[in-house]
Amino acid sequence: MTIKEREQEIINEFELFDDWMDKYNYIIELGKSVPSIPAEYKVEKYLISGCQASVWLHARYENGKVYFSAESDALITKGIVALLIRVLSGQPPRDIIDAELDFINRIGLKEHLSQTRANGLLNMIRQMKLYALAFQRTETGKHTQHD
Amino acid sequence: MSLQHDNIRKEFPILQREVNGRPLVYLDNAATTQKPRAVMERLRIYYEQENSNIHRGAHYLSQQATVAYEKARETVKGFINAGSPQEVIFTRGTTEAINLVANSFCKKFVMPGDEVLISAMEHHSNIVPWQIACQEREAFLKVIPMNEAGELDMEGCRDLLNKKTKIVAVTHVSNALGTVNPVREIIDLAHEKSIPVLIDGAQATPHFPVDVQALDCDFYCFSGHKVYGPMGVGVLYGKEEWLNSMPPYQGGGEMIREVSFSKTTYSELPFKFEAGTPNVADVLGMETALLFIKGLGQQQIAAYEDDLLNYAISQLGALDKIRFVGTAGQRAGVVSFVFDDIHPYDTGTILDKLGIAVRTGHHCAQPIMDFFKIPGTVRASLGLYNTRQEIDLLVHGLARVREMFA
Repeated sequence: MTIKEREQEIINEFELFDDWMDKYNYIIELGKSVPSIPAEYKVEKYLISGCQASVWLHARYENGKVYFSAESDALITKGIVALLIRVLSGQPPRDIIDAELDFINRIGLKEHLSQTRANGLLNMIRQMKLYALAFQRTETGKHTQHD
Repeated sequence: MSLQHDNIRKEFPILQREVNGRPLVYLDNAATTQKPRAVMERLRIYYEQENSNIHRGAHYLSQQATVAYEKARETVKGFINAGSPQEVIFTRGTTEAINLVANSFCKKFVMPGDEVLISAMEHHSNIVPWQIACQEREAFLKVIPMNEAGELDMEGCRDLLNKKTKIVAVTHVSNALGTVNPVREIIDLAHEKSIPVLIDGAQATPHFPVDVQALDCDFYCFSGHKVYGPMGVGVLYGKEEWLNSMPPYQGGGEMIREVSFSKTTYSELPFKFEAGTPNVADVLGMETALLFIKGLGQQQIAAYEDDLLNYAISQLGALDKIRFVGTAGQRAGVVSFVFDDIHPYDTGTILDKLGIAVRTGHHCAQPIMDFFKIPGTVRASLGLYNTRQEIDLLVHGLARVREMFA
């Protein structure tokens, strides 16, 4: 599935919720169900600091695709992190760099990405794109060498 | 206790609004307080009828604004019982007031190897300016320790005061813990060694009367916006002898007597420290706010808030897995807590959805969070318009949070 298709899938799921309570209960459940990031990645090096909540993000590159794992110390943040991973993980670098991630707005969670929230999510998205950019550069570098 | 709440709340228009479809429960007063109608009206009248630059023109409006501005200084003098209006300097807020002293005092009186003493429970605004000054002067920043309850270690304080200590800067009330510090005792200890003391009063002035002469502090700072006044204005009180001996902080208009390209002589107090066009409107708005709380009675406000704080502590204490952060014997205005199993950010997010405004995070006091080894707290901070019903709504909201996350 492309990024856009995955985003649409999430938007459809969220349309089922009548009120904010259901929505947040779902996000909290998601947060609880996300497997913890391996201990070796839950260190300073992978920490994206927010003013309030912290996020740890790890990325690896395999067969032209970027795979992310991440978690947060706050459960709501962790749930939203899970959604971002569902959309972006396993996608080619170029698509990650170009992703607009409009779904966050569409499912009514945009407030969590505002500067004032300072929960690390905005920095996390930036960091995901930077990883994608770095992997893409390495790839281009390889090709240049081959040429 | 005798505050007439229905009437008081009507004076604060914002308290009538809804947030996320629910009536606003505003419990973030330590961050900023809401403004009574009278303050907003004062700002409007100033700009509609009095606006002009002060201390400059001979024209009618300029004189009228100058008189109003200087009358506000008299009001502030009365509010904190300063010795004279010259000891009242208007600033942008507490932060600027502390920066002024850290900059100007340290330039003159702090030499390489000297020490500045602060405490473990300071707001970043009462840490960073001293850090910068110490770096510049090659001096050392020392810290009075605190205990698990969030009370200062007075023995530690005594031990740290020495010949090299040039100034002590401590908060009157902790913004993150609510602790009321024994500032009078600290001032006495410091004065025994002839060391001046600055008190950060940002969280004290909203809650109880302050008498700078009775405290005998050398400097005292507070912010207008935390005492129901406008943002962007505050006060530095300083004893005349100190202010006279300190060099100016900023240069510009107003603070000069005579300027030539070879030499400038400076104005007398308080103008020496008020460079540039001051924030006249907000000074007048702050004056109105101070008169407003004086009118209600500062003792009455203190007694009412004290009762409300005790009520909040007892009601919150019944919640499962709650842990209070800061349990000092003497507290004012603030109750800070964490749930052992729920991140403060999660708690704050759900409370916000319920229309309840609290602050979550480190409250610009990261060293305190490091001390307690927590990422932050949930802080409910009270104002004179808050009610027991609002505390009940907070407790219900938190019970809901527990249901959702537990």
